Amino acid sequence: MSDLRKLIVDGREIEVPPSYTLLQACEEAGAEIPRFCFHERLSIAGNCRMCLVELKGAPKPVASCAWGVSDCRPGPNGEPPEVLTRSALTKKAREGVMEFLLINHPLDCPICDQGGECDLQDQAMAYGVDTSRYHENKRAVEDKHIGPLVKTFMNRCIHCTRCIRFATEVAGVPELGATGRGEDMEITTYLEQAMVSELQANVVDLCPVGALTSKPYSFKARPWELDKTESIDVMDALGSNIRVDARGKEVMRILPRLNEDVNEEWISDKTRHCVDGLRAQRLDRPYLRVDGRLQAASWSDAFAAITERVAATTGDKIGAIAGDLAGVEEMFALKRLMESLGSASTDCRQDGAALDPALGRGGYIFNATVAGIESADAILIVGSNPRKEAPVLNARIRKRWRAAQPPIGVIGEPADLTYDYNYLGAGPESLSHLLAGEGDFYHALSAAEQPLILVGQRALVGDNGAAVLSAAARLAADVGATRDDWNGLSILHTAASRVGGLDIGFVPGEGGKIAREMVSGDSGLDVLFLLGADEIAMPPAGPFVVYIGTHGDAGAHRADVILPGAAYTEKSATWVNTEGRAQLGNRAAFPPGDAREDWSILRALSGALGKTLSFDSLAALRAELYEAHPHLAEIDTIKPAERADFGRVAAIGGAIAGPPFASPIKDFYLTNPIARASATLAECSAMHLGPAAEAAE
Amino acid sequence: MAVRRLAETQPESFAFSPENHAWAEREIAKFPEGRQASAVIALLWRAQEQEGWITKPAIEQVAEMLSMPTIRVLEVATFYTMFHLEPVGTKAHVQVCGTTPCMLRGAGDIIDVCRRRIHAEPHHRSADEAFSWEEVECLGACVNAPMVQVFKDTYEDLTPESFEAVLDAFDRGETPTPGPQNGRHHSVPINGLTSLTEIDYSDGAAAPVTEPMSAPAPARSEPAPAEPSVAEAPRATEGPTQSDATAVAEAEPELLTAAPDEGADDLKRISGVGPKLEGLLNSMGIYTFAQVAAWTPENIAWVDDRLKFKGRIDRDDWLGQARKFAAEKSGR
Repeated sequence: MSDLRKLIVDGREIEVPPSYTLLQACEEAGAEIPRFCFHERLSIAGNCRMCLVELKGAPKPVASCAWGVSDCRPGPNGEPPEVLTRSALTKKAREGVMEFLLINHPLDCPICDQGGECDLQDQAMAYGVDTSRYHENKRAVEDKHIGPLVKTFMNRCIHCTRCIRFATEVAGVPELGATGRGEDMEITTYLEQAMVSELQANVVDLCPVGALTSKPYSFKARPWELDKTESIDVMDALGSNIRVDARGKEVMRILPRLNEDVNEEWISDKTRHCVDGLRAQRLDRPYLRVDGRLQAASWSDAFAAITERVAATTGDKIGAIAGDLAGVEEMFALKRLMESLGSASTDCRQDGAALDPALGRGGYIFNATVAGIESADAILIVGSNPRKEAPVLNARIRKRWRAAQPPIGVIGEPADLTYDYNYLGAGPESLSHLLAGEGDFYHALSAAEQPLILVGQRALVGDNGAAVLSAAARLAADVGATRDDWNGLSILHTAASRVGGLDIGFVPGEGGKIAREMVSGDSGLDVLFLLGADEIAMPPAGPFVVYIGTHGDAGAHRADVILPGAAYTEKSATWVNTEGRAQLGNRAAFPPGDAREDWSILRALSGALGKTLSFDSLAALRAELYEAHPHLAEIDTIKPAERADFGRVAAIGGAIAGPPFASPIKDFYLTNPIARASATLAECSAMHLGPAAEAAE
Repeated sequence: MAVRRLAETQPESFAFSPENHAWAEREIAKFPEGRQASAVIALLWRAQEQEGWITKPAIEQVAEMLSMPTIRVLEVATFYTMFHLEPVGTKAHVQVCGTTPCMLRGAGDIIDVCRRRIHAEPHHRSADEAFSWEEVECLGACVNAPMVQVFKDTYEDLTPESFEAVLDAFDRGETPTPGPQNGRHHSVPINGLTSLTEIDYSDGAAAPVTEPMSAPAPARSEPAPAEPSVAEAPRATEGPTQSDATAVAEAEPELLTAAPDEGADDLKRISGVGPKLEGLLNSMGIYTFAQVAAWTPENIAWVDDRLKFKGRIDRDDWLGQARKFAAEKSGR
């Protein structure tokens, strides 16, 4: 039934689809409906009763979240059903509900972390009464210990069950439940085991009261004293939209921001709880290695040391590797600097993934787009564990799986992805079988209207990486995944910097060396620049290593000169997510100590080297960047790939035989220098690797 | 009701006995693929029957058998109070109904016995671990109040004395005869049948028990004076006409061979008489209200027998109606 139904909401006539609930219809009409249990992205529970409205003709108020527009009967003379959201009856009903909710809710707002951003507090202002008629003892509920991220105050729980529904439906790890019943109902995990989902901290956002609060953030700050900055996450390549809340110099917490096309309103635990990693292990001044030991130095001493070594060598003996968290701007600046020094050895692919920007953008972005997952009707995952590599994207695949059960096939490491799939094999030979048109899953893929082939980094890092990508492209063409109206060949990256780096061509030029060659013992390099590159085997004694970065991690340990840079919350920079969507992050705090924004370090260094870069402000840098790569100026849009790209990728060919694909992520919680510096994430990691780890997989 | 948690001391493991396991497999097979979780209550119940209570390993075992998250099984086990989360008495776990009808009929005395003989608190086992008790909500046997349930059986119409006799029997390892403990047959009225007495059971249909007490009843024919019995009160509707109907001899009433000269009365005016019945009455020779009004009980029995309308004449008060109509006619 696609016809629209007429409805009168508070005297205003609207037309809505019959599939709408009354709550949706009322919102369409501009009426605000209070709610606790209802959430757009979760199933309807209808148990808080706060959304009661008066429906003309109904004997009593109805719960608008659970009442369909198609369930409303017309008036006696065929008038449209009439809903009153501001009538005396409605108000009285809601006041009654609120009074019941407050009967057992403790009056501890002054010591509650939810204070100031609490749904119950806000709605009590509208529907609460100023006195209590309840003179009995309040219910007391034991607090539950459910892991290092979620702190519980169960006295405050109003039994909305949002957290249970989130864990079961979105996260796909049904570990929360409600035991007992009635007043004695309790939210808990089985025997208070720690939660294991990578998305678990979202229940803190979902909790409408202060029953579930953030453990690392507990009693740290009040919402009204925080400066809120909208930014972009770099913990994975999804580029989740985040809000960084800072007090003074310190980032206090990170919250998700709504972006339907990227992360909806979820973020992973790593994104949210890397916050303490921004404070620990920071490089806050330049260091210089003297007699084998790193010693604090001034910027000018550091630059002088670099100048000396660069002057003593030639361009072809200089190399640069960009790390996983680098923004496009600093990579662009570094690339310009390397060009001016005469070096072609630049690489942003620390893991050696066989992605070549020369073949076109279609060969390295998630062409189907994240939102496009929701229209895929067959999904093949090659060499990836999306649950670890991009948990929020995995939740999107799960959402699609729950909605339509598309056939899902996995080649690579078998893992619990929170949805059912056909396990097709561990390595490239299984891809060969598919390419040869063998097996049931091939038929499922080719029968699909919009097949999606997700290729993970693990499939691309071996010597056969290019051939595997090519085979995937050929398979995509074969099953009709690369059409004008649907690009199903999708590369899932693990590094936030990767697509941006490929977009600006931060790859070896003519005669240049790739990352793996640069760090090998016989690289022949004299000077190596590491722009936050820590996820690569460090070169043995030989090259003079200049590390520009934020944390005392692998790169800094090997470095001969350390130039302290700014972390992602401390600079304005562009990141291009795995879909090829350019997004702009903003500065929420300042870098610690003498640390500077990376692009300005490179600009200053270029001056010291006598190769002064042509920009002296971020705006000027961006102007040049946008001139060279216009699509990066189109913030929050995706420049789609051209079809010819796929043909070029498919044409690479080559033998794809090789070892099985394993997930590139061994430990979800410790994938980058910021995460490794975080005590919270270390605790999560220890918990997962400890005795409880078996439950995780 | 209180917060329900798993017991602190738990056995190491749980496994269904081979018979129960086979039964569980059949139970699971009743549900379509992907809906096996529907069998959770049945399996938990069988686990409780086997072990006496729901243990943590049992919950985990059931979760595994049904491919459910353990928390979901725990939710079910803690929701239903009929699942015991603590060990119960080995010989008997007494569930005393304490809801209004039983309370009015002396459930408090039964609970006192429990407190004295088993444990002062519910959900605790007696010193020898043989007994435990709890108060439960209505078990649906109000007509036999007060009552208790022990495992699958109910013991009804209890007094403290007869309840103690039941407990004694359990203590001896016997299973006392379930049902009313005062000799009453099921919930048959204590003073004999008061209704449905006129139905003809000659065609072999199950006849009601007319004896209120079965023969081997313990000597307790009268309820204690302190407990006014509802069953004792005489039924207001009881009347000789109905209950004695089958015993009344039949006698032919005054019949006419044809309609009287002044014309037949419209018998349809009698509530309960339609055109069909009027025709039938006419064919029998009954044409006027006066005729009907003059019927004796014997006449009624005779007519009733021929109309195959057992009791209808009395129920609809044909006589009264007919008298009224006859009076109207003569008055006119």
